[in-house]
Amino acid sequence: MAIELQKITEKWDLTYNHAVGETASRYFYEIKENKQIFGKYCPSCKKVIVPPRSFCDSCFTDTTEWVKVANEGVIECATIICSPFKTLPDPPYALSYVKLDGADTAMGGYVKGIDLTNIDNAMNILKIGNRIKVIFKDDRQGNVLDYWFEPV
Amino acid sequence: MKKRNVAIIGIGQTNFCSKRDDASIYDIVKEATDIALRDAGITREEIEAIVFPLAPDSLAGVLNSERWCVDSTSARNKRLIRINTGGSTGLSAVQVAYYHIASGMNNIVLVAGADKVGESGDVQIIMNKIWDPIYERKLPLTTINMLALSAIRYMHKYGMTETDMAKVVVKARNHASRNPHAHLRKKVTIDEVLKSRILSWPIKLFDSCPSSSGGAAMILASEDVAKKICIRPAWIRGIGQSTETYYLGDRMGTNALNDHADAYALSESFKRAYKMAGIVNPVKEVDVAELYNPFSNTEYHAIDAAGLCERGESIKLLGDGYFDIDGEVAVNPSGGTLCTNPIAVTGLIRAGEAALQVMHKAGDRQVKGAKVAIASANGGDHQFFATAVIGQDY
Repeated sequence: MAIELQKITEKWDLTYNHAVGETASRYFYEIKENKQIFGKYCPSCKKVIVPPRSFCDSCFTDTTEWVKVANEGVIECATIICSPFKTLPDPPYALSYVKLDGADTAMGGYVKGIDLTNIDNAMNILKIGNRIKVIFKDDRQGNVLDYWFEPV
Repeated sequence: MKKRNVAIIGIGQTNFCSKRDDASIYDIVKEATDIALRDAGITREEIEAIVFPLAPDSLAGVLNSERWCVDSTSARNKRLIRINTGGSTGLSAVQVAYYHIASGMNNIVLVAGADKVGESGDVQIIMNKIWDPIYERKLPLTTINMLALSAIRYMHKYGMTETDMAKVVVKARNHASRNPHAHLRKKVTIDEVLKSRILSWPIKLFDSCPSSSGGAAMILASEDVAKKICIRPAWIRGIGQSTETYYLGDRMGTNALNDHADAYALSESFKRAYKMAGIVNPVKEVDVAELYNPFSNTEYHAIDAAGLCERGESIKLLGDGYFDIDGEVAVNPSGGTLCTNPIAVTGLIRAGEAALQVMHKAGDRQVKGAKVAIASANGGDHQFFATAVIGQDY
């Protein structure tokens, strides 16, 4: 007698309340209250790190000043996601790493305001080196979804 | 460090597929272990220590399944350690087993594990969790788009095209068609790859590894044991490991430490393995390379990092057939990670396939006259890179 091979379904639903730390708390505060993006300066490497960290991961020196960076910069790389993944937005949508003017590192964010129906055309707008600007949400919560990028 | 020579004397792999509805991880680990033991010609009683590769737990959905699999690996009353370095876990586990023997602590060590990536159904949800909740996780980051971003930069730096990526897939499937253990074995054409649906541009479905389930195992032994019981052991001549920084955004821009296009830390890892192995001219001295390549574009920067050519040169050389199974240096004659990716053991399979090649036990995928093989595995957000040099001699 052939026995049916059984399966057991399990779902995990976990909640965490992560402390983001002093540095990230200040970063998000400036975004939420003042629509400003700040990095932190490493005095040894002479680099502005965005998003800011309490220490430089190149030389392990504590970062010092808070440095305001521009709300505009260049695309370092970008991709368009065309397939659905659970809990992620309905495709297509674009993701980019952008180096804002004044920053020495790039930061990630969604890219909106592009017609994604023709992928080749859209990827042209998202070419490395193209200028891009930061747009802030009206209803900001104090996290990385408070802003996204749009082509200049 | 005065060390003893360490050999690989047995390898076991199950036939990889999407789902193993007939077996749990507990059964599959035993299956792979049994195959390796038979291959080595030793018994469970002779195993002295076990190294269990597993990362992350949430793909198979059982936390610390090395505990459940204590029976499958016959670890009762023996030394056991579980290793987790992301996707490079399997090869890190081989390195840890190497240390057990090289140090003189043990003479026979089993490395065994399994994964059920196909059973998960939520792979990219899990992968998204590797990013920190503070700055990166709310972005739609997955391992697919992380490496699509690398492809974008590699295209910009070296002129790689979508067709160049497709050529890697064509080669991989050709090779995998000769490998009975591989998951994706069906040959494809460049056109079929280019027409497959886009996941994250430029990575398309056929440019991407499958979600594989199955197990793999390996027996390592000291020189005395290997020479006594193995006709042609595979000797671990060198191992390397290096680590990249965490933030993707730091690997871009003109002041970048290491460009996200490349695999700088992998090249450092290879330098260390080559130094230990006494390899000075990889192109001339290496016959086979099993390089971790979960997406087609990543094979290029892996070949570059292995020092088999200058950065970016791999594109033209691959197109010329230089890295085919019968080319100058066979790259991924097993079909590679692109055709089979049971994440916890993928790195172990790289070393296993490298060993099979120099032992001349690689069946239809045997590279003629293979004497020296290299293996690599990547983990984390393009952060952990393990490498090994495996040869007929030590």
